[in-house]
Amino acid sequence: MPERSPQDPELLRRLLRAKDRMDVASHEEWPVERLARISHVSQAHFAREFRDAFGVPPHRYLLTRRIERAKALLRDTDMSITDIAFQTGWKSLGTFGRIFRDITNESPGELREREKAAAHGFDSVPACFLIAAHRPNLTKAVSEKRTRSAKGKNRATKKEVT
Amino acid sequence: MSQGVGVVGVYVRDQDEALKFYVDKLGFRVHTDSRNGDYRWLTVQHPEQPSFQLGLYAPGPPVQDAATAQVLRELVAKGAMPPLVLVVDDCRDSYKRMHAAGVEFTQEPVTRYGSTDASFRDPSGNGWKMIEARKVPS
Repeated sequence: MPERSPQDPELLRRLLRAKDRMDVASHEEWPVERLARISHVSQAHFAREFRDAFGVPPHRYLLTRRIERAKALLRDTDMSITDIAFQTGWKSLGTFGRIFRDITNESPGELREREKAAAHGFDSVPACFLIAAHRPNLTKAVSEKRTRSAKGKNRATKKEVT
Repeated sequence: MSQGVGVVGVYVRDQDEALKFYVDKLGFRVHTDSRNGDYRWLTVQHPEQPSFQLGLYAPGPPVQDAATAQVLRELVAKGAMPPLVLVVDDCRDSYKRMHAAGVEFTQEPVTRYGSTDASFRDPSGNGWKMIEARKVPS
């Protein structure tokens, strides 16, 4: 572990208060000045101590929280990406998209598509193929298996259903 | 009930302060408060849960060396300790009472997933989720 210097627990408790406030209202603006005031420290002191305590600079922490919320909304709602961007605190769609990709390595649209596919993709696959595909020792792709069982006049399929 | 978990504890920065908080603000009762030299075994109890005690322990000697105690104090103050859950009959009503008593809420009551929940911290930094008990259909 890298050498770390101890931090004053009383100070940490006040930094936690600022972090809690960001957690509960990440869509709001959180300039360092506002955060520092909650923690009763100078702005320079706040930024440095927050990073030491929580591993990321305060602004980066806020962005991460906003992206987490955006991911949940992309996954769980049908809200438009523009609405999600503004609801999670971004002033421009462009910034939202850029930071989103920066943190998650994909675009908001890609994440939504992927989550949808993960949730519903199996609906179109017959149950017998799903059972076969989830067998631990299956080495062939599901599509190959479908071809094979069709050739074998569904004997394989029937067997898997039982 | 004669078997089961009897005591689970949290680390606190100051046992007197914690005692005041859990008794005066949350309505717990003191179960045991005994000292042996520097060591103080302090547990409180929810008035409706006689089989369970919540321990309020201060990190430090003789249980931990000074450096370990410092790390524990830092972790508690950073809110890094495990989450705690308090179940109440009426979340909004409890919130009103506790908020008026000066409890630091980190989330106001929100109704979701068929229940209502709020979040607060004790003075040391331990985080509590307060959840309204689901009404059992009679």
